Amino acid sequence: MRKMGNQTWLFENKIFVSETATVSGPREKEGPLGHTFDYSYDDLRCGETNWELAERKLLQHSIDLCLQKKKITKDQIDLFLSGDLLNQNVTANYVARTLPIPFLCMFGACSTSMETTAVASALVDAKFADYAIAATSSHNATAERQFRYPTEYGAQKPLTSTTTVTGAGTMLISRDQSDIRIESATIGKVMDYHMDDPFDMGSAMAPAAYDTIKTHFQDLGRTPQDYDLILTGDLSAVGSPILKDMLKEDGFNVDDIHNDSGLMIYNSEQPVFAGGSGCACSALVTYGHVFNELRKGNLKKVFIVATGALMSPVMVQQKETIPTIAHGVVFAREEMN
Amino acid sequence: MDYVWAFLVGGGICVVGQLLFDLTKLTPAHVMSIFVVTGAVLDGFDLYDKLVQFAGAGALVPITSFGHSLLHGAMVQAEEHGFLGIAIGIFQMTSAGIASAILFGFLIAVFFKPKG
Amino acid sequence: MSQKFHPDNYKKAAKAYQPKPNLLFNCSKAFIIGGLISVLGQGLIDFYTNVFDFTEKEAGNPAITTLILLSAILTGLGVYDKLGQFAGAGSAVPVTGFANSITSAALEHKSEGLVLGVATNMFKLAGSVIVFGVVSAYVVGMIRYLIQQWM
Repeated sequence: MRKMGNQTWLFENKIFVSETATVSGPREKEGPLGHTFDYSYDDLRCGETNWELAERKLLQHSIDLCLQKKKITKDQIDLFLSGDLLNQNVTANYVARTLPIPFLCMFGACSTSMETTAVASALVDAKFADYAIAATSSHNATAERQFRYPTEYGAQKPLTSTTTVTGAGTMLISRDQSDIRIESATIGKVMDYHMDDPFDMGSAMAPAAYDTIKTHFQDLGRTPQDYDLILTGDLSAVGSPILKDMLKEDGFNVDDIHNDSGLMIYNSEQPVFAGGSGCACSALVTYGHVFNELRKGNLKKVFIVATGALMSPVMVQQKETIPTIAHGVVFAREEMN
Repeated sequence: MDYVWAFLVGGGICVVGQLLFDLTKLTPAHVMSIFVVTGAVLDGFDLYDKLVQFAGAGALVPITSFGHSLLHGAMVQAEEHGFLGIAIGIFQMTSAGIASAILFGFLIAVFFKPKG
Repeated sequence: MSQKFHPDNYKKAAKAYQPKPNLLFNCSKAFIIGGLISVLGQGLIDFYTNVFDFTEKEAGNPAITTLILLSAILTGLGVYDKLGQFAGAGSAVPVTGFANSITSAALEHKSEGLVLGVATNMFKLAGSVIVFGVVSAYVVGMIRYLIQQWM
């Protein structure tokens, strides 16, 4: 493994996505990518008695499915990296207590999908692990309670707000060859452009995505033309055009190749405001749809940039502005001989 | 005519709330607090009573009337007991509303589940 | 990086990308729903005066209580939050919105038990209304009382 430029890791050994699994809630199932998920619950509560248990079930289910699909047992996994949106990362921590796997808990808000993937890839590349799983989850109702209001409270949300995706995604990373190679990763810096509206994450996170993408191009000497798709996590309808214009100012035109997970996961008739958000947003779209397209050969090389707003309700009430971060990972199609 | 005035005044007060929501970054809790304080202050000048006489439920249903009722109860007891009366009477006219909101809120929480 | 998106100018630049609320539409919805809830209240006042022989002044209490009951039930059925998204202040400003804030907070924390969940969190949202109502009524009441004594 080599450090490239300031913030980018180029994996020297060939690291692969050995398997993935996605589990979603009911609203995501109705979206345009509903058919790409491995399993979807029809009930937001997933058959559990409270929302927190429901989120844990989603994460647990996606891990179980991933291992089943690869026909590998839990004992063979060397490392489990996971995180979510709740206080003390309870979803990840409480699921980890049921697994006989060494565990690293991570918090990157909605950037957790690529944060865990980047670190797991680096550890597999460095041979500290042969098989590592990176997993993340979010649930609409647990996130509402954590960051906003009780779910039954009749407060009107503004058009800039986003809808937390209910679901979980798991990725198994190893050196066993597969169709999808993990090529490099760019670790983001925390950015704060003085935005303070917790109902407008898109505007707050766009500068973080901009900084990570620009740095990635500089570190590797690349341009947007090197990619078929640059997919951000949850910039939504507000943050996506800001990102494109920011990159344009630096001479990078990503108009044709940029998309945002939050804009892909729901259809326009669904009442989701500016789009989807949450840890599971980028995880469901990437581990499901994008990886399918890579396997089919419709996409050759993609840069996934998961964005996270690192605020807490207490900090917002203390009039702090919102720190944000974005981590990017490059996945490339590997031609199998 | 009672119903027309109730509709116009009740709706009008809500429009003020909507303007505060859309034009400022105030949270619902801030806006509701402002409304209650406004109701109490207006009642201090005997203005809210006039609005109630005129608009009936149009003035009684919005949360502004909560501030007005708090003050009203307080003043009734103040007549009788002086300063101490303010504390004695403050919840007198609002007790039905608060007590029922607590009771029904509790019962609903016991028998229902949040839908998400 | 250009000046336009410089951190110091960013907040202003981002404004151009944020969808604006449709004031006229939002206010119309708030007006109609808020007005209708008030009309319902007036209907209840008339009902309690005509059927149960309350005086018009006394009928306010049972009418408000009935609205609170309706709001609590609609909250439990998962309807009031959808009404709130549509009507905005139209369903938040009436006393039904106060009942919704109490019931929704109680319901949300049901999973933590009746004492530490439901009871402790019940006034999480509505508490500020009661606190500011009481403090302001107290202050205004004192001033009025003092003026009355001097007159």
